[in-house]
Amino acid sequence: MIEIPVYAGIIVAYYYLVLSLLGSWVTHLFETDRRLYAAACLGMILAQGILLDLTTTLLLRAVRKRMR
Amino acid sequence: MDFPVSHAHIAPVYLVVVGFVIGVLGGFFGVGGSFIAGPALRLAGLQWNMAVGTDLAHIMGKSVVAARKHRALGNIDFKLGFIMMAGTIAGAEAGAQGIEALKRHGDVNMVVSWVSIVVYFSISTFMAWDAWETLRAHRPGAKRGAPPAENTRSDRTSVGHVTARIQRLHLPPMISLPTSGIERISVWVILAVSFVGGIFSGFLGGGAGYIRMPSMVYLLGIPTHLAIGTDLFEVIISAGYATASHAMKGNVDILIALVMNTGAAIGAQIGATATQFFRGPGIRMAFVPLPLIGMGIVIYTLITGQKL
Repeated sequence: MIEIPVYAGIIVAYYYLVLSLLGSWVTHLFETDRRLYAAACLGMILAQGILLDLTTTLLLRAVRKRMR
Repeated sequence: MDFPVSHAHIAPVYLVVVGFVIGVLGGFFGVGGSFIAGPALRLAGLQWNMAVGTDLAHIMGKSVVAARKHRALGNIDFKLGFIMMAGTIAGAEAGAQGIEALKRHGDVNMVVSWVSIVVYFSISTFMAWDAWETLRAHRPGAKRGAPPAENTRSDRTSVGHVTARIQRLHLPPMISLPTSGIERISVWVILAVSFVGGIFSGFLGGGAGYIRMPSMVYLLGIPTHLAIGTDLFEVIISAGYATASHAMKGNVDILIALVMNTGAAIGAQIGATATQFFRGPGIRMAFVPLPLIGMGIVIYTLITGQKL
């Protein structure tokens, strides 16, 4: 099924984005400003939750359509 | 892969698989899965304080996905959820302060390990007994008990008499919860139940759904499906507060939480959808092995010195 490789591709690209681009910024915040780090944690986890929910909903709808 | 905030080296596939399993469990049982995620992160080499805080962050994100699905199924009592938030947040801060005190004394890993073992075992034992008694009383040909529920949203437990007594406690202000089918219950009872759940959240990590979901069913009398959805909704706010608290204390590696959530998002959708096909006692019986798995992982980390 094409949806799984598509999701896997999105995840790999996401890892690169999150870990490579955000890693040093997040670590800097952690070491210098804990309040801002806490706010960034909440913002990132919420944004990711909503984004992944939309992505997985579309993905599962596509899977169900194909199964029918 | 290296995670610079916690100085941990963990395979991302491990985190995604753990996240997926916990996502399914969360969507189906209404629990954050901290009784597995916490020990799983500990097993990967994280200190308990970092495992507790990181788990909270992951649970918050995962609960957004699962709660949206349960809302579509009509499984959320928003009135109850908002009241519980107040008690949970206060309890979570108390629990987080407990972790800080243990960090200062240098024995956070040992104490949290033993507390989690006792808690996980107790919950599993009680829920096994209740689910068994309820299923036995309501199977065809049973001599006692009322006929089985006609649909998956109504529910019965073996401690209904205790629940009825708690609901009759007259401690004003009293409110009704029409979505959950409760005519009258004291706000203080709801706050007390949620405060205790919050302490476990802040101390052992996660949303403490393994405490709160059973508490909502057995103490408040909330039907299991509504307890699942309402708990997930409430976890978004309470875990968010606990995440912020732990992040300011240096106990959250957000990068690990973000990676775990990529698996959790799919799992939560699957788990939430599956609840439509099961009744309350069946869900509660299926829940029993989960805290025992977490207990097993914690025992393993104690015996072997923790790292995979």
